[in-house]
Amino acid sequence: MMSTADATLEVDAISKSYGDVQALKELSLRLDPGQFMALLGPNGAGKSTLFQLLSGLFVPDAGHIRICGADYQKQPTRCLAQLGIVFQQPTLDLDLSVTGNLRFHAALHGLGAAGRARIAPLLEQVGLGASAQVVCRTLSGGNRRKVELARALLHQPALLLMDEATVGLDPQSRTTLMTLVRGLCRDQGLSVLWATHLVDEAESADRALILHRGRKLAEGTPAELMAQSGCTTLEAAFLQMTVPANAGARREEKIS
Amino acid sequence: MKLGHALEALGAISFRELRKFLQQRSRLLSALVRPTLWLVVFAAGFRNVFGVAVIEPYESFIEYPVYVAPGLLGMVLLFNGMQSSLAMVYDREMGMMRLLLTAPLARAYLLACKLIAGTLLSLVQAYAFLIVCALFGVDLPWLGWLYALPALLLGGLMLGALGLLLSVYIRQIENFAGTMNFVIFPMFFMSSALYPLWKLKESGAIWLYYVASANPFTHAVELVRYAMYGQFNWVSFTVVAGTLAVFFGGAVYGYDPQRGMVKKRGQA
Repeated sequence: MMSTADATLEVDAISKSYGDVQALKELSLRLDPGQFMALLGPNGAGKSTLFQLLSGLFVPDAGHIRICGADYQKQPTRCLAQLGIVFQQPTLDLDLSVTGNLRFHAALHGLGAAGRARIAPLLEQVGLGASAQVVCRTLSGGNRRKVELARALLHQPALLLMDEATVGLDPQSRTTLMTLVRGLCRDQGLSVLWATHLVDEAESADRALILHRGRKLAEGTPAELMAQSGCTTLEAAFLQMTVPANAGARREEKIS
Repeated sequence: MKLGHALEALGAISFRELRKFLQQRSRLLSALVRPTLWLVVFAAGFRNVFGVAVIEPYESFIEYPVYVAPGLLGMVLLFNGMQSSLAMVYDREMGMMRLLLTAPLARAYLLACKLIAGTLLSLVQAYAFLIVCALFGVDLPWLGWLYALPALLLGGLMLGALGLLLSVYIRQIENFAGTMNFVIFPMFFMSSALYPLWKLKESGAIWLYYVASANPFTHAVELVRYAMYGQFNWVSFTVVAGTLAVFFGGAVYGYDPQRGMVKKRGQA
């Protein structure tokens, strides 16, 4: 893997284990500006561990993570400033208004008046302009997610991490969220790592990475992955790669 | 880390804690009812049993409620310190902790913000209790309200840091009752909050005397007691400041993603 400063995210052979359980093994990946990468994997594949390492909650046992050229271990706050995160678990203060939640975030990031001024247009952009003063507890699940997306974008990050952000949402909200994020990639050069176990969400991605048992099984454009596995749909390719464990292991040898 | 950013974050975290506290009126009520019951009921029953002699920092014989008031202020600080710890565990379970820890600020500083915010609540409650004391006619010097502020602040920080440290080790909210039994009660009863330490010595409970003398809570209470009369207790100050450093250092270590307990448990 080439190490250049242009990459938004560079993950270089990271490993992580919890006790005897190896959650990630020598995983590498690279994300360029404006790229949308889908991270596919069944439950327990290591997606959550990867996101915890990328969001600095833990550090890898081995390997390096660089965000916009900054090394995570040496400059964690510089990396965090470039990172917008929508967590799998809801993290809104439900007793605060939509604007209140965003203001709290703006203060944590030290954005000052300029950051507070961005709140209203950002809420317009995600379609919540009319709900700015609404208390979050009264919002639907889909709208709560949109607030969390707006919050993750407030400090104008280079990289957006979406950790199974569509879990529990109705199809319409899922589509809206996806369309919003794709638009940001296209128009603002935002890089996105979108973890999911729903294969249809990966079909329109620039690249997809299939994670299984802490290892990278395959990476490429959705078309490449289908070609590699000789399947006509991404869903079939994904199932073929992940379900029979032995076949998967052999395939990994072949691809790498 | 820029100063403006640091202050903005501290303000937001403190404001959030304060707002949450004001929304739960029952919390202020229970924080006041507890020491008030001690002041009114316990002190009434024991007023004549103890018969407190003239001891430092008092210049004359004092009534028992006057003696016990600094101890009960300490109790307010202790309970709120533990309550903040409970809030940390709750935030961790609810995922709010992640939001905080992914802010682009040093983790030790974020923990310090949490500690300072919790201590501000301790101070609000301590002064509310001082008002209760005044309403019940407990004879405390008015200037003492001012002198006690730095002592209450330091004691609140120390007990808050203890709560922060405990929050590293308490895995779930359900375990909080256990903390009550193993931390709050021994700390409170084996201290100078309810009776002067020489009383313990006099009644032959020598081991208890030594335990209470080493208990940092005793020193938090004594620091406040002396400060009430405009006096500075060096020994207590040193013990409280030292344990604050140890507890806070332990909490920072515990929350460190590379070394501490969070790493071992795989949970943040």
